[in-house]
Amino acid sequence: MSTRRPEHRLPEDELELVSQQEQEAKQQYRHHVYVCVGAACLSAGSADVQARLEAEVAGRSIAGGCAVHGGGCRGLCVAGPTVTIEPDNVLYGQIKPDDVADILDNLGGQPVERLHRPTDKPFFMRQQRIVLELAGKVNSERIEDYLANGGYTSLIKALHEMTPAQVINEISRSGLRGRGGAGFPTGLKWRTVAKAEGDVKYVVCNGDEGDPGAFMDRSVMDDYPFRLLEGITIAAYAVGAQQGFIYIRAEYPLSVKRVQNAIRQARKMNLIGDQVVGTSFNFDLKVRVGAGAFVCGEETALLASIEGQRGQPRPRPPYPATSGLWGHPTLINNVETFANVPAIIRNGAAWFAGIGTEQSKGTKVFALTGKIAHSGLIEVPMGITLREIIYDIGGGIPNGKRFKAAQTGGPSGGCIPESHLDISVDYEALAEIGSIMGSGGMIIMDEDTCMVDVAKYFMKFCMEESCGKCIPCRVGTAQIYHLLEKITQGAATMADLELLEELCDVVKHTSLCGLGQAAPNPVVSTLRFFRDEYIAHIVDGHCPTGICPLQTPQNAIEES
Amino acid sequence: MRISTASPPNDDKRWRIVNATMRRHGYQAHALIETLHTIQETFGYLDESAMRYAAASLHLPLSRVYGVATFYNHFMLKPKGVHSCVVCVGTACYIKNSNHIVKQVERALDVVTGETTADGKISLSVAHCVGMCWLAPVLLLDDEAATDLTPENTVDKVEEWVAYVNETT
Repeated sequence: MSTRRPEHRLPEDELELVSQQEQEAKQQYRHHVYVCVGAACLSAGSADVQARLEAEVAGRSIAGGCAVHGGGCRGLCVAGPTVTIEPDNVLYGQIKPDDVADILDNLGGQPVERLHRPTDKPFFMRQQRIVLELAGKVNSERIEDYLANGGYTSLIKALHEMTPAQVINEISRSGLRGRGGAGFPTGLKWRTVAKAEGDVKYVVCNGDEGDPGAFMDRSVMDDYPFRLLEGITIAAYAVGAQQGFIYIRAEYPLSVKRVQNAIRQARKMNLIGDQVVGTSFNFDLKVRVGAGAFVCGEETALLASIEGQRGQPRPRPPYPATSGLWGHPTLINNVETFANVPAIIRNGAAWFAGIGTEQSKGTKVFALTGKIAHSGLIEVPMGITLREIIYDIGGGIPNGKRFKAAQTGGPSGGCIPESHLDISVDYEALAEIGSIMGSGGMIIMDEDTCMVDVAKYFMKFCMEESCGKCIPCRVGTAQIYHLLEKITQGAATMADLELLEELCDVVKHTSLCGLGQAAPNPVVSTLRFFRDEYIAHIVDGHCPTGICPLQTPQNAIEES
Repeated sequence: MRISTASPPNDDKRWRIVNATMRRHGYQAHALIETLHTIQETFGYLDESAMRYAAASLHLPLSRVYGVATFYNHFMLKPKGVHSCVVCVGTACYIKNSNHIVKQVERALDVVTGETTADGKISLSVAHCVGMCWLAPVLLLDDEAATDLTPENTVDKVEEWVAYVNETT
């Protein structure tokens, strides 16, 4: 590398040059068309739209010129495939290849009415984007475009102007907390790893997004992988790690491809590798692909999986911060946590700490799904109310139905009933009513959803995903599941309900890892707010929503 | 760097791809999952001889390889069908009745979840969220989502696809 570099030019100047060249190249075109190539829009046919756009643009003359890019996600997945026209910021939705001609005919003029998705609607206006600030506006596969949009300035700032301790201080003062769900203070974790003894240290990015109904991290990895790399590299510098791993679940082949491509390009630009941007900091980054085990989202299980073993957790302490990968101090953060870091370094801790609530700073990305009008990916400031998310951003419950509950935190979380719609969405408030922030899945349920059935669904999931190492989780989740099945079949008694509650308590307090400890949450939470539905199944032999295939107790006994 | 003296189960040239993965990781034990990924990508599934070869090459007991191969859902110990049919049973799909969809698909294909049809053509599986929640309930027929699915029209849609599959292969 260094031999090809003119001696008088500093590495950061060289990056600046790449950025300038990219900006100049872009300025040659009056119009830039970004086609969303996230997993969601690809599944809706965005590759065909992009191909048609490229062919049409090549075949006609457009005043001022037009460039077509594969870009990221604007979050309105329900309207996929989406196309964004920059710099005019025009968003189109549900585009078919045959719509391409109309779009190009109207470049720079009035947007095509039938395809236009105005971005001055609450879905966009009520969001605040930090993690996803450039998503949809940069090319997912070109580091030059990321650089031209201010990418990697935070890494250069950290490496040239800040000591590792200053970086950690900045993150601590920002109040950033782990976005994987538990909300551990990120700065504190970094400081522990930095202080841990040992020459060899690792940074690991947890991209094993396993909660059903959660696809926030996928969006970052698919659309915006450079941002993730920048955050991880800053973290590695701060804690003194020389090697990093991004653990991506096998179900996300596109993320694997995009992240690997991003690493290759970053290495070429000397943003990963030996002497990163001309400093003495060396850092290498590799991808590890998971193999389909929910428990690998738990940090010690994830480390075991990177080491090539079964993904089974081990007791903590020692925490990975002191003894992680191959016994060395290891920093593990979630994708979204790392993706926040460049913005904090660029804008300062005070800026970040000014967003959100007293205890929960910044924003949170949610995958908003279920019985909701605008399904998609949203990023909101902490402290927004659930009502605002559901009714302003989400557009309310479709088909004139009544809201029943919002489920957050997936199989480890709980549900929030109508009476708590005005709850502030932050770590503390959610924990107080028995749910959790979780990694960002938010599933909206309406009056047709049976809460006992939902609890049974999550317990089945935990039972199947239990790794089997500790007995409370392996046996307990199965027993809880069978009790719930008994209730939904109408064969349970009130004594079973008592047993169910006792069992939940035992599994919660005696399981080895977070999977088992949190597994009873969906049951406990639904029992807290929808106990009458359990009673209706048991005492009245009747499912209020008609979802459960209830048999009368007498029938069940006769059949068995 | 460790070396390996084990020889592949047969003279299929594709073992070179597997060897390249193991060599890149210096035949270390931590290369096991990466190696199994490569074997499955190359040969479609993990058979006994492949697992024995991975064990010998990475200096691991066969029990360790078998343990890892069976622990993770992604690894298949039996060949998969040429075509795949995946019913999503993520939360958003579940509350939109995907469990009924599973039953209907099983009926239409005459196969239980996790198995392959008798002619070896189609494998049926369920997934915990494929991340297309706005289309819920989601049924992926060879990676393409069937739209506007209800338990009532599932059988028709699947049978239509099976007819198309049989015509084209």
